[in-house]
Amino acid sequence: MAGNDYDVAVVGGGLVGAATSWGLAREGLRVALLDEGDRAVRASRGNFALVWVQSKGLGLAAYAGWTIRSSNAWGGFSDLLKQETGLDVSFQRPGGFHLCLSEKELEARANNLRRLHNQPGIVEYRTEMLDHGQVARMLPDIGPEVVGASYCPLDGHVNSLRLFRTLHTAINARGVTYLPSHRVENITKEGGEFRLTTAKGEIRAGKVALAAGNANMQLAPMVGLEAPMRPERGQIVVSERLRPFLHYPVVTLRQTDEGTVMMGDSKEESTDPTGLTLGVSATEVERAVRQFPLLRNVNVVRTWSAIRVMTQDGFPIYDESESHPGAFVLCCHSGVTLCANHALTVAPMIARGALDTSLVAPFSARRFHVQEAG
Amino acid sequence: MFKRLGDAGAAVTLKIDGKPISARTGDTVAAAMLAAGVDHCRTTPVTGSPRAPYCLMGVCFDCLVTIDGVGSRQGCLVPVREGMAVETQVGKREAGR
Repeated sequence: MAGNDYDVAVVGGGLVGAATSWGLAREGLRVALLDEGDRAVRASRGNFALVWVQSKGLGLAAYAGWTIRSSNAWGGFSDLLKQETGLDVSFQRPGGFHLCLSEKELEARANNLRRLHNQPGIVEYRTEMLDHGQVARMLPDIGPEVVGASYCPLDGHVNSLRLFRTLHTAINARGVTYLPSHRVENITKEGGEFRLTTAKGEIRAGKVALAAGNANMQLAPMVGLEAPMRPERGQIVVSERLRPFLHYPVVTLRQTDEGTVMMGDSKEESTDPTGLTLGVSATEVERAVRQFPLLRNVNVVRTWSAIRVMTQDGFPIYDESESHPGAFVLCCHSGVTLCANHALTVAPMIARGALDTSLVAPFSARRFHVQEAG
Repeated sequence: MFKRLGDAGAAVTLKIDGKPISARTGDTVAAAMLAAGVDHCRTTPVTGSPRAPYCLMGVCFDCLVTIDGVGSRQGCLVPVREGMAVETQVGKREAGR
């Protein structure tokens, strides 16, 4: 340990890196959080803020269990953050809807959920298919085109910009050394410690945790790990503040604690975070109006695009390096939903120096090598 | 506080929160409210602080009012019309209005 500036260097100051840093600091470690500057391509500033369970895990049953673990931990996690910072991230878990606008969509939805819940080894939880009348009892403002929905009582949402701010406030209070404009260019392991070359000089640490989103793709190979990613662009349209009318999040639409309505869930093959495709925004809004006709005359005040952090199969990657012991990688699309897991479950594993394979073995990047996985 | 110039147009009557107000053809809703001595036309969505028309040129959005049942209209961009119903917008707009 002697000579190290820090016990752990976390690379990436978004939601995943900040939550992990907070968890490591709670374990008593000296943590440096290396971040880029204000112009970083940052999913934590552009996400949709759902804490979402339904649909997760088709193709990898363990992902459903991992998601529910975080969803169940979220309430306690937000209470801890509030105790430490005085800030309320407005976590709510009323259950959430996936609305369908045709019989065909509804049937496809039911089939998807059937396939998901029929997988061997999947955790038991409830997702119900509801018809128009059943949905209307909970969402009285739906339009006549909504033929039905799936509803999962475990779904929720949060104010994710406030979560981002709250985590940074919390790590600062816990003595994490936050180093902005320290873009990591190279990582080596020499004499039992990691040396991270950054735009602002070298940082030395006993361990390293890569939480740099899509940039993990370039960083992971430096420490004998891999992170195959396929970034994807999403766009969000935001309305003016409205009186509360929508008391449940919908997968493509939610009303925030502050009254705005966010409309989103588009997917485009693009890595340009500055562009906006007007046709995509128009489609998001058109579907939103069909779902909730009272939105027809509402004013739009903002729209943005952001790049999703996405692994090649959409499931998280948690790995530790065999060639560079003490190096870990964390990649996931759902940085909000899984935030409680990163803070309360993964960070303590990294602090102990070994991932708990009973929990995260299914998420090793070894799954991308079918021939060798065995 | 405000004084009309001499060449004002023909008289029209509109209602502000149900109360008849006399205005002139060519007035905007915001101008008519100021001329009638209305001291605020909305309260803000977060703190409920009162706001009155300010820039009068479509930029500041402080003159938002409900006009004929449609919320968040910019009063400074809408000309008055005989029989128009203008309402103070209180806090957050109600969706569907």
